[in-house]
Amino acid sequence: MDYFLELFLGGLTRGSIYALIALGYTMVYGIIELINFAHGEIYMIGAFTALIVASALSLMGMSGLSLLILAGLVAVIYSSAYGYTIEKIAYKPLRQAPRLSPLISAIGMSIFLQNYVLLAQTSDFLSFPALIKEFEFMEPISHIMRSSELVIILTTLVSTALLTLFIKFSRTGKAMRATAQDKTMAMLLGVNVNRVISVTFIIGSGLAAIGGVLISSHIGQINFYIGFIAGIKAFTAAVLGGIGSIPGAVLGGMILGWTESFATGYVSSDYEDVFAFGLLVFILIFRPAGILGRSTSEKV
Amino acid sequence: MLKIRNLHTYYGGIHALKSVSLNLDEGEIVTLIGANGAGKSTTLMSISGIEPPRYGEILFMGTPIHQMTPDRIFSLGIVQVPEGRRIFPYLSVTENLDMGAYLRRDLHEIRNDMDYIFTLFPRLAERRHQLGGTLSGGEQQMLAISRGLMSRPKLLLLDEPSLGLAPVLVQLIFDTIEKINRENKTTIFLVEQNANMALRIAHRGYVMESGAITLEDTAENLLASEKIKAAYLGL
Repeated sequence: MDYFLELFLGGLTRGSIYALIALGYTMVYGIIELINFAHGEIYMIGAFTALIVASALSLMGMSGLSLLILAGLVAVIYSSAYGYTIEKIAYKPLRQAPRLSPLISAIGMSIFLQNYVLLAQTSDFLSFPALIKEFEFMEPISHIMRSSELVIILTTLVSTALLTLFIKFSRTGKAMRATAQDKTMAMLLGVNVNRVISVTFIIGSGLAAIGGVLISSHIGQINFYIGFIAGIKAFTAAVLGGIGSIPGAVLGGMILGWTESFATGYVSSDYEDVFAFGLLVFILIFRPAGILGRSTSEKV
Repeated sequence: MLKIRNLHTYYGGIHALKSVSLNLDEGEIVTLIGANGAGKSTTLMSISGIEPPRYGEILFMGTPIHQMTPDRIFSLGIVQVPEGRRIFPYLSVTENLDMGAYLRRDLHEIRNDMDYIFTLFPRLAERRHQLGGTLSGGEQQMLAISRGLMSRPKLLLLDEPSLGLAPVLVQLIFDTIEKINRENKTTIFLVEQNANMALRIAHRGYVMESGAITLEDTAENLLASEKIKAAYLGL
């Protein structure tokens, strides 16, 4: 039973990270129908930024939760700036171009950012400090759950809830939904669509950075390539849940996390990806739009 | 109020508007009639800044607007209710109305305006929590006009409000347009294929044929004109 719980919570942790990244994919797709392949790199840049900031601050004697929050905050701001800039440089000039052009641009941006970090940092794995110390009250269940896992799950829960409230009730949130549904009509009602798109990239990038910082602290090492793998997995999660849907991204992330965790635990870690992508194929056969996706209807 | 001079607009490589000039005075209902594909909708999209003109100028209360972005033009008080209604299908009726008031910050007044809308169209009040996409065609048209009104427009551009509606609903929509013009002094520019209905409520009318204005007169004269009767009124 303990083993099952451990796998369950491990899956939930992985799933949370996938969900945080998948939210960015799904929001951007919802608004401009682009798969932002450079999104995984934003997550990676968030992790690197936190590592650099945390290293500098710990030299100055800072530690514990304040270090995590400060490093995380800088990472979020830095990654959001990256997300904002990428959109302006690589996607905005191609807004009127055929669908394939921004997609190619996104792949190019992804390769560029990976290699930029590779050159600026190193190709080796760097060790990442454990910014989340074990809490005392977690002692009794420490054999099935680590404190960093608890923090990851709770942070994801809070971020998702805040995002949902923002999109449901705020003025900008409504404008985002309107823009996603009919861009021209939104413009005709005074919405500055470019601003809405920028906000979407900023929020998505910030969430990815949160994921990057938390999981790096949990695992303890990073390199320039982590964004690619996490990005592909999170993209899978977004498609699984129904791309364009925010609850779908979270659900897809969790399902993917659990599948991988149980496959690793009960079968073999070699088969982790086989199960993950097998599940994707299986679900898409029966629900082509994803679990919570809307089947696309013709716009009038 | 609105002056358009020698407007040329290209739409996907096609010369859609050829030297269009027209004039709207404050408080008027002016209609633009013409066949399918004559360039009526393009005229409205040019005014709203979605299809900016290549040559010519558009002045709104003396200010040139032909190089402004759609959101700037909207903020001046020019609001379009486009063809096909374009209701946000996954926003509720109230949220659709909120989007009409997107640039307004006076929450209290927005509430009042929404109540006014609900007296104008009681059907919308009944369906206020329903998603826009689940409304019938007539209800969507009511919502589209209401959403436009929520911004308190100075100039309302209406594109084919009667399209696809049952005659009884067409009558209701046109009565409401007249009422809006009378009660709020809103200037209305009405694009219609249903020339008969449009000319009955309009003060003046323009006739458009393949991208150019071919005729301009008072609504009465146009209704009486043999040429219009034959071409657009099906008489």
